This record gives sequence, structure tokens and C-alpha cells, in this order.
Amino acid sequence: MTNAIAQKALRKPAGYYRMRRRVVRGLQIFALLLVLVYTLFPYYWAFVSSTKQGAALYRSALMPALDFTYYRQLIDNPVFMGSLLNSAYVAISTTFLSLIIGLSAAYALGRIEFPQRRAILMIVLMISIFPQVVVLSGMFELINWLGLFNRPSALILTYLLSTVPFTTWILTTFIREFPRELEEAAIIDGCSHFRILMKVLLPLMGPSLASTGILAFILAWNEFLFALTFTLTDENRTVPVAIGLIAGTSRYEYPFGQIMAASITVTLPLIAVVLIFQRRIVAGLTAGAVKG
Amino acid sequence: MSAKLARRDYRAAWLFLVPVIAVILLVAVWPLSRTFFFSFTDAYLDDPSVYSMVGLDNFMEVINDHSWWVAVKNTLVFTVISVAIETALGLAIALLLNEMIPGRGLARAAILVPWAIPVVVATKIWEWMLNDQFGVINKILTGLGVVDHGIAWTASSSLIMGVVIFIDVWMTTPFMVLLILAGLQLISPEIFEAAEVDGIPAWKRFWSITLPMLRPAIGVAVLFRVLDALRMFDLAYVLAASNENVMTVSIYARDRLISFQELGVGSAASTWVFLLVALVAIIIIGVLRLDKAAGT
Repeated sequence: MTNAIAQKALRKPAGYYRMRRRVVRGLQIFALLLVLVYTLFPYYWAFVSSTKQGAALYRSALMPALDFTYYRQLIDNPVFMGSLLNSAYVAISTTFLSLIIGLSAAYALGRIEFPQRRAILMIVLMISIFPQVVVLSGMFELINWLGLFNRPSALILTYLLSTVPFTTWILTTFIREFPRELEEAAIIDGCSHFRILMKVLLPLMGPSLASTGILAFILAWNEFLFALTFTLTDENRTVPVAIGLIAGTSRYEYPFGQIMAASITVTLPLIAVVLIFQRRIVAGLTAGAVKG
Repeated sequence: MSAKLARRDYRAAWLFLVPVIAVILLVAVWPLSRTFFFSFTDAYLDDPSVYSMVGLDNFMEVINDHSWWVAVKNTLVFTVISVAIETALGLAIALLLNEMIPGRGLARAAILVPWAIPVVVATKIWEWMLNDQFGVINKILTGLGVVDHGIAWTASSSLIMGVVIFIDVWMTTPFMVLLILAGLQLISPEIFEAAEVDGIPAWKRFWSITLPMLRPAIGVAVLFRVLDALRMFDLAYVLAASNENVMTVSIYARDRLISFQELGVGSAASTWVFLLVALVAIIIIGVLRLDKAAGT
């Protein structure tokens, strides 16, 4: 059967194959263009819409009008700028804390052999996949009890629920990839584990920490459920909630222009970082899943 | 290694784990057990200290509520359809990006854009594009003569679930693509070359070589996506608040808990969500035999 196919194929002239290769290549490039349009057009369209004023917004001209009124309004809007600051404060603190906690745990889980290692890894993984809504009532009580309700700091605490298991898991995979020989000399010299982590491994972990940190930052920056539930007043909102709750005076005056401008403002830094560090991000994203 | 050294190592390991264990106890185990506890009480959110135990009443109230079952149905429909589409589309795009085509580096970067955008922002962008009067999608469709007048995508009760799935597919297919692409790069190209030399047709190479070898990668990706889809909250909430046509179990539980202030019933609903997700996770892990596929 296979032989017959091969022989039949052999009889075809070389020109047929050249032709066929060209057609296939053409189709592939066309499909790639489709993928590009599909992934990028919505974001481009948001930008186009954010620079159009008044009636122009409702016409579908493909080129941006480059009128930045909405952006100036956003900068002059203290509530929006406040939520931008809140988001930055919450996301940066969450990232920083989860990296430290995750690194410490990853060293134990990746470098030290001890009996309960696998069980702890499994618990960490399970926590990272269970639904946030399940802890909502208990978390509400905890936040109230700590006196953190309606404070951005409350969000840092709650975000650790998703970011710490995540950073622990990914940093453990990264830390295991370093050859054992690295710390053998240090062990023979009688260095403590803490010194090995700080002096031998840490200097090499810049890229791993960067990609893990970016992923944790994105997770915290984009979070919605906890931010919606644990903050009450406008000045304590984070950006996703602020955008989610923008509403017009009526259905027909829905301020899409402003919303698009706000959307672009809060995602542009994110997208810049993602594109600059794309290789590291893909490494971090796949490290935990494929090799773990 | 001597026993003394091993003991020293164990102690060091636990010291390094103190922060993560403290965090897990504080923000996962403690709130989770309080949720379980409240689900047996008739407490209200305004004053959780006043309550009495009501046994399984809250659990019964939730499963006797028609809205709960609507939410369960919505969640399952959303999960199954969106993950199926994302897997198929993700596989197709990953295979495409694995080919030596000019511009694939660009596409690989571009695919990260929908993934990095906050769910709220992606939802707002699509809501605007799908707007019945001024949305660009309706303009294109009427311009092409496909429809006479704009379709009310987000206002129609029969279309809104489709819209939610569509937006989710746009946002999360990149995740699938990246994981499958990573799996593809683990397959050595010699296998394909050998098969090609033997004259095995392309579809058969795909079916008998690529797919089986991708099974672990796809399995892990599907597991993550399913569990993520089952807890979906923000997309449907931002698009339609508590519209019953797309209300998920997470929205139902949060509504009972926060909007209606029913701490007891809300906690019981959350506990049902927990059991539902746990059940699905066990089934998937069993079906895919992930433990074996991953070689652990």
C-alpha cells in the first residue's frame, strides 16, 4: 500500500512538486495573515476607536483619527489615575512577595531531597487550579477581621492565593534545570543552604525570575473577582474594575471612546513588556506545564 | 549521605517552606474551611457572628433553586464548547507556526497580545466591535450583504452565550498554541523525515505520529483550560452582569453571597462549585491518564 503510493508519486514530473510546494506555501502564508488579523485587529480597532471623536466614532474608517482628547481626559481624571496607581501598587507588591516566597519554596522543592516533597508539590498545584469563588466567604471574613476591607492592600493578600502557587511551581521547574555540579563545591566547603541559594543560584536566576515575575504581574494586574468584591469605593478600585464599571447615562450614550482609550492605556505597557520579553514569557509559561 | 546530614537537610527544607506554608494556610486552607463552615449556618454577611447551625438546609436550597441548575448548564456548555474550539484552533495554529514560513516569528509575538490583555478589556473591546448599531462586525457583515441590518449580538438571549464563547476563544487560544507548540518542538524531526521518505501521506503522518506524540502536551493544556473555564467569572459578568443566559456557577455563588448577603447559602453554593470542579478534575485526570502520559 505505502509502496504503491510512493511509486505512483515517483512518476509525477518535478514541475508538479514545485507547483504544489508553491501552492502549499501560498496557503500557509495566507493562513498566517488570517491569524495575524484575528489576533491583532481587535486591539488595533480599540486604538482606532479611542482616537475618534463624536460622530466619527460611529463610522468605520479603518485609519485612526489621532485625536487624543480621550487620553487627555483620562490623565485629568483623578479617579482613573488613582486606580492606575492602585493597580501598579497591588501588582508590583504581589509580584515581589510571590517571587520571594516562591523562590524560597522552589529551592527546597527543587534542590533538597526530603520525603514529603511530592506531596507538597501536589498541594501547591491543586491550590493553583481551584476556583477563587470557593474561598470568597472565608476571605471576606479574613479581610474584615484584619481591617483591610476596601483597601488596596487587601488585594495583595488575596492575590497571593493564585500567584504564590504559580511562582513556586514555575521556579521549582527552573531551579531543577541548573546542573547539580554548581553547588557541589559549596556543599563540600560546608556552605549552608541559605548561602548556596543566595551566592550560587540567585546570581544565575535573573532570567527565570524575570519571566516568572512578568507572569505573576500579569495575573495580578488582570485580576477581577477579588478586586470587585473587596474594594467598595472608586478611589480604591483597580483598573480592571474601574473599566468594568464605566457606564454611560443611557444605553445610547455608552462611552465606548473613553473605554477604548482606558483599555489601550492600561494594556499598552503590558503588551510592550510582553513583546520585549516574549521568549522568556513563553519559557515560563511552558516550563510549568510541559516539563512538570 | 549520613543520617545526621539528611536530618539537617530535612530541617533546612522545612525552613525554606515556612513562608509558602504560611501563605497557603492563611489565604487558602483557612478561608476554604471557613467557607465550608458557613455553608452549614444561616449567617448573613452584614454580621457573620450571629448564626445558628442549619445542617444541610443551604445545600438543599441551592439544588432546589432553578437558577443554580441554569448556571451549572451554562458553565458546562461554555466549558465544553470553548475548550473544544480552543484545542482545535490552537492545534491548527501551532502546526502552522511550526512550519518554516516567513513571518512566523511575528505571528508568535502577536499571539501573545490577546493572552496578555485583561479579560475586562478584551470583553469591552469585543462588546464595542459587536455593538448592534455601531459595531465594526455588523458594518462589515451588512457591507458584504450577509445581513440586511445589524445583529444584536449581546442583547439577544440566544446569541449571547455564543458571544461569550467567541471572546473566550479569542483570549485563550494563544495559551493552547504556546503549550502545543512547546510539545511539537519536543518531537524530533527525523521521525517525520523517515515517514515522508516512506511515502506516508500528510494526514496519516499527522494522525499516527503528531497527534499521539502531542497527547501529553494537549492533555495538560486541556486540563488547565477546563479548570479555568469552570471558574469563569469576569467575562460573563462584565458582558452581561447577572443575565441568566450566561450566568456561571461562580457568578451565581457570588450573587448569593455579596448581592443578596446570604453568607450561608452563598457558601453552600461555593462548596457545590468546589465539588463540581473537583469531580471534573478527577474525571479528566482519569480519562487522560495524565500521570502516565507525563511519565511520572
